[in-house]
Order: sequence, then structure tokens, then C-alpha cells
Amino acid sequence: MTETARKPGSTMIGPFLLLSAADNVLVARESAAEGTDVPLEQGSVMLTRPIPLAHKIARRDIAEGEKILKYGMPIGIATEAIPAGAHVHVHNIRSAYTPTHMLQDADGVSAAVAQ
Amino acid sequence: MKGWLRQDGRKGIRNTVVVAYLVECAHFVASKIVSGFPEDDVQLIGFPGCYPNEYAARMMDRLCTHPNVGAVLFVSLGCESFDKVRASEAVSASGRPVKTLVIQKAGGTASTVQMGRDWVHGVLAQVAEVPRVPMGVDELVIGTVCGGSDGTSGISGNPAAGKAFDLLVGEGAACIFEETGELIGCEEIMAERAVTPALGQALRESVQKAERYYATLGYGSFAAGNAAGGLSTIEEKSLGAYVKSGDSPISGLIKPGDLPPRGGLYLMDVVPDGDVRFGFPNISDNAEIVEMIASGAHLSLFVTGRGSVVGSAISPVIKICANPQTYRNLSEDMDVNAGDIIEGKRSIEEVGREIRDLVVAVASGAPTKSEALGHREFILTYKSFEPIGPACLPAA
Repeated sequence: MTETARKPGSTMIGPFLLLSAADNVLVARESAAEGTDVPLEQGSVMLTRPIPLAHKIARRDIAEGEKILKYGMPIGIATEAIPAGAHVHVHNIRSAYTPTHMLQDADGVSAAVAQ
Repeated sequence: MKGWLRQDGRKGIRNTVVVAYLVECAHFVASKIVSGFPEDDVQLIGFPGCYPNEYAARMMDRLCTHPNVGAVLFVSLGCESFDKVRASEAVSASGRPVKTLVIQKAGGTASTVQMGRDWVHGVLAQVAEVPRVPMGVDELVIGTVCGGSDGTSGISGNPAAGKAFDLLVGEGAACIFEETGELIGCEEIMAERAVTPALGQALRESVQKAERYYATLGYGSFAAGNAAGGLSTIEEKSLGAYVKSGDSPISGLIKPGDLPPRGGLYLMDVVPDGDVRFGFPNISDNAEIVEMIASGAHLSLFVTGRGSVVGSAISPVIKICANPQTYRNLSEDMDVNAGDIIEGKRSIEEVGREIRDLVVAVASGAPTKSEALGHREFILTYKSFEPIGPACLPAA
């Protein structure tokens, strides 16, 4: 077990955090607006939708079936090809263990309730 | 720090009179007794079921002889299966004042409420005489849970709670983390931290059991709000939850009601043994808190991202808010703003130190936010467990 996986912390990439060098996702450290430029290794990408606090985007192009790595550890499997900069969430990754149940507001954006 | 000294040598950080209903049918009467003491530390707990359950009986024993409890009033309807005579004997043997009222014999609601209030009134004076003696951090038992988790929990609140656990374990406290269903995906890295290989194997098997159990239920320990908050899978939630255990070696594996034999870090296995029988292991966050209290927790650290407001009966709850947006929204309910870590204002170490210091302050008598607001949540449901195996608590 590497220290990076258990010691989340902190390379900042625009409004995002890279939690471990091995990760293929970044985590929003504040809500990021649609159109925000994010400087990724393979070049700058523009967010095509708002990304709420603590949601994830792809750090690079991810192939269907590839493991998603956060904290340096697998958190799920891509169910489709995910381009760099795209929202990574329940619509394009699945658990390797038990299925995820969610409501309509799972994308963190359509949550029009009680905000 | 000073604690109320109990006969078994343990010390309490509160001196609560507990009123415990022994079936749902006695719940209202018990709550009416408690409502007569708005200014005193009189709290309601209970078990709703009419059918007997070994786990529930053991939990009630542990809760009623918890070091934070000074006296116990049992309220029985009369015909339920709960063995009130045995329970009363267990409390009495612990040196605490205890009384059992049976509604069917006492003349109904009004007369039972009156008799109950009269007894509590008298016993409050009695528990006030319990000596308060010096108490060290190494005598504390501290639990941690997370609830209403989101994608911030694993980045700020849980690592800060883990840092506090490292400090407290270093000072000799016994610290308990739990919910093996929220450690799915972490079993291998966790097993490596066990003080013996056999314990490591027991830790691994406890998570595998949880995985099987939840697979049968078809639903993991994952609530809708977790997804809205950015968590996509149970293993992502698990990895975030796992960090609240800190970096200390894992000294043992306990089940609800088992007392940590000494200081150190312990995993609580909360998933029942055997076939899936009584539904979800823990039907909500307070069920987890109650189990840690049954294992002697003087207080609990509760990390939330989406924003929980709960407290607990018997032991105070310190709420650590991981999400800076939630903290601004619910600051009156939060004891610690770990959202500062995400906003770059404070480090994990700084917030961890604040939590450690707050543990000592609360143990010394300072009320938590939920205590001051009057939160005293409690829930106990049916479960069944086998005793822990010999590998679970290696000798020091």
C-alpha cells in the first residue's frame, strides 16, 4: 500500500485535485462551471458541463473496461470509452462489487430539490 | 479530565439516567417519563421488538452498564419476551441503581408515568453522589462513523478523523472504526496493518462476509445522496471511509458489545453472522453509533459530507463536516469544519489536532453541538452474531 493511496492530498490542477499519481480521474475541489479550461497532460480541455464539488472528471482518455483509479486504488470499471475531461460517474462506470442505486439527482446538477 | 468512577473501574464522561423501554408498546410511557426532566440528564433508549433476541439483550446490558450511565429505569408492558429480570440483575450487579416498572401491573399510562418520574427524581440525587475522579486519555474509548458521505468525505473529513485517531491511539486511547460493508475494496490493504497475520485474515474475512451479505440483499451500503455528492461506487465510498482509521496498526477485531481490552485501533464487524435473517445490518447511521457505544465508546466522531444533524443517547457525538458548502449551510450543527482542507485554508494535520483537542474538551464536560441542541437519537434492531474467534484479539 502506497502512502499516496491512504494520504489523499493534493496536486491542484485548476479547480481539480489529483489525489494520487496513478489516478486516471481528478476530483473537483470546488464547483467548476461549464466551459472551464482544465490543463491536462495531453492538452487543455474545456468542460462540457458543470462539475459539482467532489465529482470526478477523466484525467486522460479512458477505454471501455478500464479500471478507474482514485487514491491510487480501483473504484470501478468504465462501462464506455470516456474522453479526457468528461464527467466520470454512475452513468459511465460501474462497481466491481455491488450495483449502485441512485435517484434522479445523481449527477449533482439536476438536483433542483431543496437547494 | 475527570470521570465518574463506576464499580468495574471504568469511568464515564457523562452521568446519565437512562429510561429504557423493553418493547415498542412501552415506548410512549417511557418517553413521557423522560419528558418530565427537560433540565436533567435523563435519556430514552429502548428495544422495539416483542420477540426475544440474544443480540438485543446483550446490547441493552452493555448500554445500561456503560460508564456514561449512572442509573437505569426499565419500562415494560409486561407480556413482551424481553427478559427484564435478567437485565435488571445485570444492572444491579454493576452497582447502579435500577428499577423496573411493568405497565400492566402499575395501573396504566398515567400511574406508570408518575411512578417513573418519582423514581427518576429520587435517583438523580443518588447519581449526583457518584465520585468524579481524574481520568486520562488512555482510559477513553472513541468510535468513528461516517454518514451522509459525499466525494469530500474521503478527502478532508475522514483523513482528519484518521489523524485524530493516530494522535489518540498514540496517547493510549482505544479507537474503533466500523462498517465492514463500507470497507469493501479495502480488505487487502487493511489486512496488511493487522498486528498478526491471523488477525489480518480475520479482517479480510469480515469484509468478505459483508460483501456476501450485501450481495444477497442486492443493495450495498450506499445511499442515493452518496451519488449526488459525487461518489460513484461502493468501493469509492469505502476507500474514502477507510482513511478515517488513520495509520495505526490494527490491534483487534471486535463485534458489537465486545469491549476493547486495551488501547489501540479496533475494527468493529457489524455484519451479522450466518444466513441473512433480519434485513440490513445497520439500517441508519445511529444504529452504528449505538453499537460502538455498546462496545464502550465514550464519544463518537461522525464525519459527514452531505450534512447529518444527529447526536446520540448515552455518548456525545462530535460532527466533522467534510464539505465546505455544507458547513456554511449547516454550521450550527457542525463541531468541526474540515472543509477548510479542501479550500486550502488548513492542513489535515491541523484539523486532526483540533478534533483531538475537542475530544478531550468534550470528555471534560463541554457539550457538543448536537448535545446542546438536544439530539438524543437511538435505534436498536434485530441481529445475530457468533462470538469473535481466537485470532481477533491477539495478546498485547
